[in-house]
Amino acid sequence: MRKVYLYARFQRFWHWMQAFIIFSLLVTGLEVHGLFELLGYEAAFHVHNAFAWGLVLFIVLAFFWYITTGDFRQYLIEGNLVEKIMMQVRYYMIGIFKNEPHPFKKNEISRLNPLQRITYLMLTLVGLPLQIIFGFAYYYYNELVALGMNPDWIEPIAVIHTLLAYMLIGFVIMHVYMTTTGHTVTSNIKAMITGWEEVEE
Amino acid sequence: MKKLLVLLICLSVYMFYMPSPLSARSFHLSVDSLMISTADHSKFEQLKRPFETGPEVTEACLECHTEAAKQIHQTKHWSWEVLMKDGKMLGKQHVVNNFCISVEGNEPRCTSCHIGYGWKDRNFDFTSQRNVDCLVCHDGTGTYKKYPSGAGHPAYSDTSFGGKPFPAVDLAYVAQNVANPNRHNCGICHFEGGGGDAVKHGDLDNSLIEPMAHVDVHMSTEKDGLNMTCTDCHQTEGHQVPGSRYEPHARDVHGFDYPLPDDYPTTCSSCHGLEPHKDYAKLNDHVDKLACQTCHIPTIARERPTKMWWDWSKAGQFNEQGKQITRKDSAGLAVYMTKKGEFEWATDVVPEYRWFNGEMNYVTFLTEIDDSAVVEINHPDGEPGDSLSRIWPFKVHRGKQPYDTVLKRFVKPTLYGPKGSGAYWSDFDWDRAITTGMEYAGMEYSGSYDFVETEMYWPISHMVAPKTESLGCADCHSRNGRLQNLAGFYLPGRDANPFVEMLGLLVIISSLAGVLVHGYMRFVSSKRRTGEGHS
Repeated sequence: MRKVYLYARFQRFWHWMQAFIIFSLLVTGLEVHGLFELLGYEAAFHVHNAFAWGLVLFIVLAFFWYITTGDFRQYLIEGNLVEKIMMQVRYYMIGIFKNEPHPFKKNEISRLNPLQRITYLMLTLVGLPLQIIFGFAYYYYNELVALGMNPDWIEPIAVIHTLLAYMLIGFVIMHVYMTTTGHTVTSNIKAMITGWEEVEE
Repeated sequence: MKKLLVLLICLSVYMFYMPSPLSARSFHLSVDSLMISTADHSKFEQLKRPFETGPEVTEACLECHTEAAKQIHQTKHWSWEVLMKDGKMLGKQHVVNNFCISVEGNEPRCTSCHIGYGWKDRNFDFTSQRNVDCLVCHDGTGTYKKYPSGAGHPAYSDTSFGGKPFPAVDLAYVAQNVANPNRHNCGICHFEGGGGDAVKHGDLDNSLIEPMAHVDVHMSTEKDGLNMTCTDCHQTEGHQVPGSRYEPHARDVHGFDYPLPDDYPTTCSSCHGLEPHKDYAKLNDHVDKLACQTCHIPTIARERPTKMWWDWSKAGQFNEQGKQITRKDSAGLAVYMTKKGEFEWATDVVPEYRWFNGEMNYVTFLTEIDDSAVVEINHPDGEPGDSLSRIWPFKVHRGKQPYDTVLKRFVKPTLYGPKGSGAYWSDFDWDRAITTGMEYAGMEYSGSYDFVETEMYWPISHMVAPKTESLGCADCHSRNGRLQNLAGFYLPGRDANPFVEMLGLLVIISSLAGVLVHGYMRFVSSKRRTGEGHS
């Protein structure tokens, strides 16, 4: 066992802020969707719209940080992408039950396994931006219609925004569960709080 | 010089913080007769004499106001006629309604709300100038009342109506104290339409004579209330009072134009503009699809019960002694009358909502109706996608009324008249009342009648509540909200795509189930391994 410093202070701050914002957006979004009453529609609506800007802000901030620090390299995969992802998938499907070692060792220069890399990359580059675009199109519907958008698009915009939100809930559930698959059940979460993680030698 | 500078600075600061243009304080300055008129009618020789009848007063008025009666002749208030774009002749004189059904055949009773004298039957002379009633609108004393069955005349000698004394009017006193119409003058007919206070409209009743702000924020007579009266919005020129339920404006696209509305009459936007919500931009996004009234008149009949149901088919029941029956509810409102049938009343009524583009479709007495369902006497036109249409609130008055089962048309029963005339309220025979009424109107009647359920839409514009009492988001943006039954458009918070909801549920359930099964298997396999390790 050894301890490695995996997550810089900014990364941890960004991660937990983003977690808080996404969680709040999901709760207020579902309330605005009419599924339950918690804050009240109007309050939920205001929080949702304010936090949407928060999400945009943190994504921009993160991009800035990753680019300027060069840490974006953590997300690049060298070699055969599919093969490496399949190795990680095989580990979760089979190896993990046989107490096999993780196929990719964590260290300071490589803290993410290939499946994490592709998932987080898709989330940050595709999923969240798409959700943000549809959210903003939903909010600025009147302005877009004034610019010539077909007014009937409100329904597909709203429906896709909802669908993406449900998929995001699926991601959150699996993401939270996956944090328990580290060296110990809580070692991943501890790492995201303190920055230090115990990893296999 | 220095003083002038200080004054200028003070003035510009004041201008900067000047009350918003919506302040209506200037509407009604403290009462000073010189501020109101250049003429004191009590000083006119023509009016310093006793008058026997209303038309005599009118003749005196016309000596100076030479063109007034001609102006009146051109108004709906006089003709009770409105020629619609589709060629239908409507107006009170012609329209079917589900309150007292039809004016024709019942003139002397109905025309107690006509601004004329002597419209007692179909031979009334609509070109007569002396038959214009100046006083009903210009009485400044509050003592001028038309006798309910006097065909537009007030009582000229002390009499009674319905067992209550009805005093004679002092015509000279009224004539010397004429004024611009105030809420009493308009209200005497418009607050009491349908036969009594609050019956017909739901948003117009005598509570508007001295309303609290929560009843009508514009007309409030409370301290610091705006104290606006009817004619502040229904600004009249040449006796033409704007504002029509036959040809309403469903959407004002012009905005600020008070006090010279370029689209007749004054709308909410004439004073409040097209982006009225200053601190809450999202609300302005609603203006193109929602009438202001929809959110800002949360309920109607806020103080006094309005009639919601009138079933003529139940009329004509007598008690064991053969006497007419009047049954009242705990609030003292008639719920059954032998003459009129069954009523239902309601206060604080939530309006019904429809898309409305300003076109009101009316059934006439010549329209063939479908008696297999509820007949809409009128219905608002409009669609979600149409740029003219907005969601409007309506009072919907429902009831049952007689129709010709063979010709499938509404009929005009004679209700009011002496015993033996065939009038229903004296003889209580529907067939005779309908025969008499239709003969009088020169219309065909097959001889076979029944009652059909009808509904009638009354667009709502009055009793605007203070903004703190307007509707909240979730009143509409929710399942089972106020707009639950208004189909054809996507409403956030109300609508969902069933396929996406199922898919979403599937994603959530399967990811939950997946992690639970995976976690369990990890647990079991690690248990087994530790077990193996021990053995």
